[in-house]
Amino acid sequence: MIPAAFDYKRAGSAEEAISLVGEYGEDAKFLAGGHSLLPLMKLRLAQPAVLIDIGRLSDLSYIRDAGDHIAIGALTRHMDIEQSPLLGQHVPLLAHAASHVGDPQVRHRGTIGGSIAHADPASDLPATTLALGATYIVQGPTGTREIPAAEFYLGFLESALAADEIVTEIRVPKMNGAGWNFQKFNRRAQDWAIVGVAAWRRGNESGIGLVNMGSTPILAVSVSAAIASGAAIDDAAKLAATDAEPQADLNASIEYRTHLAQVLVRRALTAAS
Amino acid sequence: MSITEERRAAVIGTPMLRREDPALLTGEAKFTNDIPIPGALYLGVLRSPYAHAKILSVDVSAAMAFPGVVAAYGGADLTALWAAPMPCAWPVTADMKNPPHYPVAVDKACYAGDAVAVVLANDDRVAHDALELIDVRYEALPAVIDLEEALSDRVVIHAGAGTNKAYTWDLKCESHEGAVDEAFAAATHHVKERYIQQRLLPMFMEPRACAAVPQPFGGDMTLYSSTQIPHILKVMTALTLGIPEQQMRVVAPAVGGGFGGKLNVYAEELLCVALSRKLGVPVRWNEERAENAMSTIHGRGQIQDIELAADADGKLTAVRVRLIADMGAYLQLVTPGVPLLGAFLYAGVYDLPVAYDFSCTSVFTTMTPTDAYRGAGRPEATYAIERAMDSLAAKLGIDPLELRKRNFIRKDQYPYTAFSGLTYDSGDHLAAAEKAAELVGYEALRAQQATQNVDAGTKRLGIGVSSYFEMCGLAPSRVLASLNYSAGGWEAATVRILATNKIQVVTGATPHGQGHVTSWSMIVADKLGVAPEDVDVLHSDTAISPLGLDTYGSRSLVVGGVAIAMACDRVIDKARKIAAHQLEAAPEDLDFIDGTFSVKGSPDRATPLAAIAFAAFTAHDLPEGVEPNLEAHVTYDPPNFSWPFGTHICVVEVDTETGHVDILKYVAVDDCGVQINPMIVDGQVHGGVVQGLAQALYEVASYDENGNLRNGSLAEYLVPAASDVPSVTTGHTVTPSPTNLLGVKGIGEAGTIGAAPAVINAVVDALSGLGVTDMMMPASPMTVWNTIKAAQAGSTTGGK
Ligand SMILES: Cc1cc2nc3c(=O)[nH]c(=O)nc-3n(C[C@H](O)[C@H](O)[C@H](O)COP(=O)(O)OP(=O)(O)OC[C@H]3O[C@@H](n4cnc5c(N)ncnc54)[C@H](O)[C@@H]3O)c2cc1C
Repeated sequence: MIPAAFDYKRAGSAEEAISLVGEYGEDAKFLAGGHSLLPLMKLRLAQPAVLIDIGRLSDLSYIRDAGDHIAIGALTRHMDIEQSPLLGQHVPLLAHAASHVGDPQVRHRGTIGGSIAHADPASDLPATTLALGATYIVQGPTGTREIPAAEFYLGFLESALAADEIVTEIRVPKMNGAGWNFQKFNRRAQDWAIVGVAAWRRGNESGIGLVNMGSTPILAVSVSAAIASGAAIDDAAKLAATDAEPQADLNASIEYRTHLAQVLVRRALTAAS
Repeated sequence: MSITEERRAAVIGTPMLRREDPALLTGEAKFTNDIPIPGALYLGVLRSPYAHAKILSVDVSAAMAFPGVVAAYGGADLTALWAAPMPCAWPVTADMKNPPHYPVAVDKACYAGDAVAVVLANDDRVAHDALELIDVRYEALPAVIDLEEALSDRVVIHAGAGTNKAYTWDLKCESHEGAVDEAFAAATHHVKERYIQQRLLPMFMEPRACAAVPQPFGGDMTLYSSTQIPHILKVMTALTLGIPEQQMRVVAPAVGGGFGGKLNVYAEELLCVALSRKLGVPVRWNEERAENAMSTIHGRGQIQDIELAADADGKLTAVRVRLIADMGAYLQLVTPGVPLLGAFLYAGVYDLPVAYDFSCTSVFTTMTPTDAYRGAGRPEATYAIERAMDSLAAKLGIDPLELRKRNFIRKDQYPYTAFSGLTYDSGDHLAAAEKAAELVGYEALRAQQATQNVDAGTKRLGIGVSSYFEMCGLAPSRVLASLNYSAGGWEAATVRILATNKIQVVTGATPHGQGHVTSWSMIVADKLGVAPEDVDVLHSDTAISPLGLDTYGSRSLVVGGVAIAMACDRVIDKARKIAAHQLEAAPEDLDFIDGTFSVKGSPDRATPLAAIAFAAFTAHDLPEGVEPNLEAHVTYDPPNFSWPFGTHICVVEVDTETGHVDILKYVAVDDCGVQINPMIVDGQVHGGVVQGLAQALYEVASYDENGNLRNGSLAEYLVPAASDVPSVTTGHTVTPSPTNLLGVKGIGEAGTIGAAPAVINAVVDALSGLGVTDMMMPASPMTVWNTIKAAQAGSTTGGK
C-alpha cells in the first residue's frame, strides 16, 4: 500500500497543467480527486513519475445554466453534483446518479472530470452522461475541442483524450421533464455496480446507459430503437445486452450479467415511463 | 451471588459507557505502528506469487545495492536463527503430521504468500522498493485447492509427511456398541446433507504490525505486537528462537481487532526479534492490506457431511458427522484444534441419546494456513446442525420452530450430562426461542408468508430460525489436556488496594476491543464499594502482567473476570481481619457493605475500606501474622466450560429476478448468564451477528485454480459496512451459570455462531416453494439466482 516514488507539481491553471504535462510527457499524470488514480498507485498498478495536481483549479468547479444545457466544470465534486438545485431541476438523473457513487468521502473528493477521463466502464457518471447525450470539452496545447460522449469511450480505461489534454467541462442537455430512473445493482452500498442502468424517456424517445456491461460504458441503442418503434417495455428490455459485451467476474457470469441488464432496464424504463 | 448481597447500589448490570472509548475515538490510543522507535529498520517480506513451487535460487544482490537497504536474506541465509520450527500448540493426535514450517521458506513455497526473502531498510518505502529487486527463480508445481482432491494424494505437498492428510480425529459416543447404526436403521426420518464452510478472511481493521526492540543493556528484548496473545507469544518466541524466557517481554499496545486472526505466532514477529538480535538494532514491520489477505490466517474451510436420524415425531435419535477440514499449507498455532472445538456441538441444543459419531479428517492444501476465526469450530457445527434441522422439519412437514421445541434439552434436565460426557451448566432453550418468536412476530410472519409467496410473486418472504449453543470459557485445563492441547486454560488476576484506596488490577486477559477495562472495573467497583473510575486495569504487557493466557474463545470474563472477583474477595478477607482488629470484633461479626466494614447489629461501629487500606500501607498496627498492604493474586482454572445459548430469527425478502437477499428483520435472543454491562453485551451481539451474516451473504476467500487468492483487497472481499446490515433487535434471557462466582457465560462469539444458519435458513425458506432446498454460502445474488434456476430445471439445488 506504499506507492512508488513520484514527483508532485501543483498547477495554478489549466494552461499550466497542460504545459507541465508537455514538459514531462508520458511519465506525468493529472491528479484530480485522486480516488481512481491513488488506489492504482498504492497497488503499484500505476507508477507515474510526476503527478500534476489540478485539484485546486477552483475556476473549473461550477454548475451553470447555459440555456439548452447545463455546463459542469470538470473539477466539480460528485457531492456538489448530487446537491445542485440546478441539476436537480434540469438534469435530475445526473444528480441522482452522483448520489450513488461510492460513499460520502469518495463523493466529496472525486470529480466528474476525473470520472470521465478515467473512462471506467464500471463508473456511474460516464454511462449516465452518455445516456443523456452529453458533450465533453477538452483543452490541449493547441486549443479546445468538443467530443460527444458517444465518441469518447474507446476501450477499457481508454478514451479519445490525448495524454496532454485536460477535460474542462461537461455539457449535459436539459431533460425537459423527461421521465428517468437509475438502477444500481451492487452487493454493498459503497461498491461499483455489478450492472447499472441510467435511463430517461420522453414518449418514444429514450436514452439508456449501461454501467459495467462491457469494456466501455454502453449506450443501449437497440432498446431505444425498439421503444421508438412502439415496442412494449418488456420486449424492448430483452434487447438490453444487444449492444453490450459483458464480461465475467467474481460477482457475475456473462449469463447472469446479461439477465441482470434485462431486468434492470425493464425496471428502469417502467419507472421512467 | 455475593455481589448483590454485599452491595446495594450495583454498577454491575448498568450500561456504563466504555472507559476505553474516549482514547479510541479521539485517536489518542497508540497502536503498534504509532510507537516512535528511533533507529528502527523496516522489514519487508517478499512473498511467493506461486501457490506451490520449488525455490531454485534467491538472489538479493540488486536489493542489497539499493540505497537505504541494510540487509537482505533468502530463507537459506536464516536457518541458523531458528531454534525450532514455528509452533503448533495443538498436536491433536499422536500421529498428526506437522511438516516443519519456518518463517522464511527455504526449498519450497507452499502457498501464495509464503515468505521467500526479506529486506531490512531504513525506511518502509525503501524496503518495499527493494523487494522488487530480489530475484527468485521458481519451478512451479501444481496447486492443491480442492479438499477431496488433496486427500487423494495425487500431489503431495510435504514430501516428508508423505501424505496431505494431517490427521483423523474421532469422537464416537455410543450407549452400547452399534448404537448409532441401530438408530439409523430404526429411524423413521433420515436426513443426509453436505454443507460447505467457505474460507473467510478475518479482515480486522488494523493490519498486523510488530516491532522488536533490544534493551540497551542486559540482552533483554521487547516485542511490541498487534496481537491478542502477548503471554503465549512470549513463551513461543522464547522457545522458537532459543531466547531465555525471562529475557523476553511482549507488549500488545492498542490492538485494532483480531477475531482470532491475531491469536497466533507469526513469521514476521519471529523475524523481527531474530533479526533485531542478529543486528543489535530495533526491527519493525507493518503489514499491508494485500499481504494481510495472503499471510494472516484464514478461517473456516470445511466440507461437512451430516446425517440425522429421527423418530416419527422428529425427535433426534442419532447424529453422524464426517468433516474434511482445510488446514492450509502448514499448521499454525492452533490450526488442527479448530474442528475439535466444534466436535461436541453437532447435536446443538437438542436432547440426544448417547448415539453420536463424529470424525474429522484434516488435510493440507496449497492455500494460506487456516486457524481460529471468531467462533472457531462452533459456528461451523451450529451451521450444520441448524441447517439439517430445517431439512428434517421439511421432511416431517412441520414448522422448523416446532421441531426445535420438540428436541430442546428441557430446563429441568439441567445440569445436563450430554452424550459426550460433558456437562452443560444451565439453560432454558424454550424460553429463549419463545422470546425470539414473540419479538419477531413469528405467527404473523408465517401468515404473511402464506399470502406473499405465491407462484407469480418475485419478492419472497423467508423466516429462518437458529438455536445455538456456544461451548466457551476456554477452558478447564484438564479437559484441554484430554484434547492434547499444549497449555492450560486458567487465568491470572491481581487486585491491589493502594494507600489512597485507589485500586490497581492486573489481568492476564488481553483486550483488543472487548471492553475488559470497563467490565473489570465494574466488577471491582461492586466488590470493593469504589467508583469504577478509581480502578486502573493493567494488561497486555508481560512485564506488568507476567501470567496470563490472553483473550479468545469468549473466555475473558468467564475465566479472567471471575479471577478478578475472586481476588477481590481475598483482598476483602484480609481487610476484614485488619478491620476486626481495629473495631475489636471478630472478623466473622463484620459486614462489608458499600465499602465499609461495620459490626453486625451496631452499624455505628464502622470503618471504611479507605482507612483499612491506609492502615495496611503504614503497617503501624496490624493484627498478628497479617502482612502489610492489601493485595491478592489468584490463578483461576475453571471447573467447566460455560454454555451460552439463544435463538436468532432472521426474516428476509428474496428478489427472485435478481437473486438479491434483503434482510427485513433480525432478532437475536442471547443468554450469556449474568450481564456485567448490557451495553457491551449488545455490542458484542451486534458485531457478532454482522460477522455471521457476512459469512452467509457476502464473504468468501476466492481462489483460482492456480491457488491465487482473487479477492484480497477490501474492494473485492466484501466485508459488509454499516449501510449493508439490518438493525439487530436484541433480547435476552438470563440463566446464570452455576459454575462460577459471577454467574457469567461469555458473549464474544455468540452472535457469529447464531447468525449464518439463521440467514441461510431464511433464504432457503423463502425459496422452498420454488424447489430450493439448500443454498451455498455466501448467498450472493448470482448464487441465489443460479440456485433458483437449477431448482426450476429440476436438478439438485444448493448452487454446488
Ligand atoms: C472506495 C471508492 C469507491 C468508489 N465507488 C465508485 C462508484 O460506486 N461509482 C463510481 O462511478 N466511481 C466510484 N469511485 C471512483 C470515484 O468516483 C473517482 O473519484 C472518480 O472515478 C475519479 O475521479 P477523481 O477526481 O478522483 O480522479 P483521479 O483519481 O484524480 O484521476 C483519475 C484519472 O483521470 C485523470 N484525470 C483526472 N481529472 C482529469 C481531467 N480533468 N482531465 C484529464 N484527465 C483527468 C487522471 O490523470 C487519472 O488518470 C470510487 C472510488 C473509491 C476510492
